[in-house]
Amino acid sequence: MSQIETFYDVMRRQGITRRSFMKYCSLTAAALGLSPSFVPKIAHAMETKPRTPVIWVHGLECTCCSESFIRSAHPLAKDVVLSMISLDYDDTLMAAAGHQAEAALEETIEKYKGNYILAVEGNPPLNEDGMFCIIGGKPFVEQLRHAAEHAKAIISWGACASYGCVQAAKPNPTQATPVHKVITDKPIIKVPGCPPIAEVMTGVITYMLTFDRLPELDRQGRPAMFYGQRIHDKCYRRPHFDAGQFVEAWDDENARKGYCLYKMGCKGPTTYNACSTIRWNEGTSFPIQSGHGCIGCSEDGFWDQGSFYNRVTDLTQFGVEANADKVGMAAAGVVGAGVAAHAAISALKAAQKKTQSHKEEA
Amino acid sequence: MSATENTAGLHDADATDLASVSRQTSVYVYEAPVRIWHWINALAILVLCVTGYFIGSPLPSMQIGEATHQFVFGYIRFAHFAAGWILAVGFLGRIYWAIFGNHHARQLFFIPFWSGHFWRELFFEVRWYLFIEKEPKKYVGHNPLAQMAMFCFITLGVTFMIFTGLALYSEGLGQDSLLHSLFGWVLTIFGENSHYVHTYHHLGMWWIIIFMIVHIYVAIREDIMSRQSIVSTMISGHRTFKDDRPD
Repeated sequence: MSQIETFYDVMRRQGITRRSFMKYCSLTAAALGLSPSFVPKIAHAMETKPRTPVIWVHGLECTCCSESFIRSAHPLAKDVVLSMISLDYDDTLMAAAGHQAEAALEETIEKYKGNYILAVEGNPPLNEDGMFCIIGGKPFVEQLRHAAEHAKAIISWGACASYGCVQAAKPNPTQATPVHKVITDKPIIKVPGCPPIAEVMTGVITYMLTFDRLPELDRQGRPAMFYGQRIHDKCYRRPHFDAGQFVEAWDDENARKGYCLYKMGCKGPTTYNACSTIRWNEGTSFPIQSGHGCIGCSEDGFWDQGSFYNRVTDLTQFGVEANADKVGMAAAGVVGAGVAAHAAISALKAAQKKTQSHKEEA
Repeated sequence: MSATENTAGLHDADATDLASVSRQTSVYVYEAPVRIWHWINALAILVLCVTGYFIGSPLPSMQIGEATHQFVFGYIRFAHFAAGWILAVGFLGRIYWAIFGNHHARQLFFIPFWSGHFWRELFFEVRWYLFIEKEPKKYVGHNPLAQMAMFCFITLGVTFMIFTGLALYSEGLGQDSLLHSLFGWVLTIFGENSHYVHTYHHLGMWWIIIFMIVHIYVAIREDIMSRQSIVSTMISGHRTFKDDRPD
């Protein structure tokens, strides 16, 4: 077995200068929120550590995670990220196909037992024995279980792998199931989003390579450094929120002025992600900046929370489309009317009693 | 039971209450902490409902000044959070007083679920409100129906609002805050994320508004139509009775 190249070897081979390499290390440290003292550590890790083998499997998904991933924007990422990890199997990106591809998967599992990272994009449907997603002639859930058995850790890419996303939305006919409910005995790191931000994806991998451990995770198993705060907490339109200046209708004057999209159903206040800090497409913009509210794509069950354009969730239990305010107002109205009627009857009864006692006295 | 079947016809009076009523024709029911809590709580709930509604459905946008200097929505939210803390701390104080105050102060926090007597008197009250009974019974504290309503709407309702409210508030403080570690678990109990908690917090508001409507109506109605004082009792603490007949 030949010596696996280090990351630095790969970068140099690809014509990246030492200077550019150091710049990359600084940018990565900054992106991870680390102090400058970590730059040499990152550089050292990249120079000495062999590339970590990664198996990237695809279940029910739309490939938007891959599309996002390959657009990671730091100058070198385009070349580096695909070389940083040793991407030994990825049926979407690899040159091999068919039997050769499946052979590569087996070979990687055999060769690096317990040392590779399993990256999962999409999720396995469990209904009908998993027949709704077939990879290489077998249900995807079998490939997932097989590849997970000897994995060091699992990365759940995107909303599909993390939470289920659209294919798991009600009524979920294929019983699409997030990875952590199928694989329960491995450390799993969730990187939700539809898709996740490119720099978040590469950042998570870089962290794992540099420190040889999972990043700090939050209550839901997401890396706290990227999912620790809400879109709302770092939104550049927050002053308009606090001022009570809202877009009232699409294309109104307030929309043109860039007011807060809260009334248009923006899910920023309930969504944990880094869009309002890292942004998208080389930091160009993010949904709110382009005038549309956040739809909460990195939150669990975001398809089942009613309209993207409502603040208050519809309560489907009430049959018709009703939200909490409508239900509450109707109930309060009924009770109010009941109280008024009761008061009227009480008054009548009292008056009746009075006339009766008058008669008795007389 | 012999103590309750006394000449005054008071159904929940203990020996002290009876001694008091024979001396001064009134019973000191609600001690100062209970009365102060009641009115602070009422005020807090009023502020919370109004500001809470406007947080869910904000007022039309205003153009008073530059966004930085126009803190309208910020003040609405501040009022909500401040009143919320007053409600939460007040409720803790009320629990303290339930332990150390008189026995009437405990009525809010339990239902004598296994007492047949309680349920019989509760249905008697229901019949009184359905105009079937000609005359209500007299109580020093809450009547059984009132006790039931207080427990469901205030004890359970306010507890629910405090837990969901502090959980939502902790989202603003951040995941590393103490409050988030105490109440963060609430955020995912209704579904996958806090969006549902917002919805149920809304529903909780209506639950309490319904209580307010009924509570205020019934308090005034009983003050007029029943055989005892109601409204003034929450001001002076004394329950007075309009007659000394048994039932």
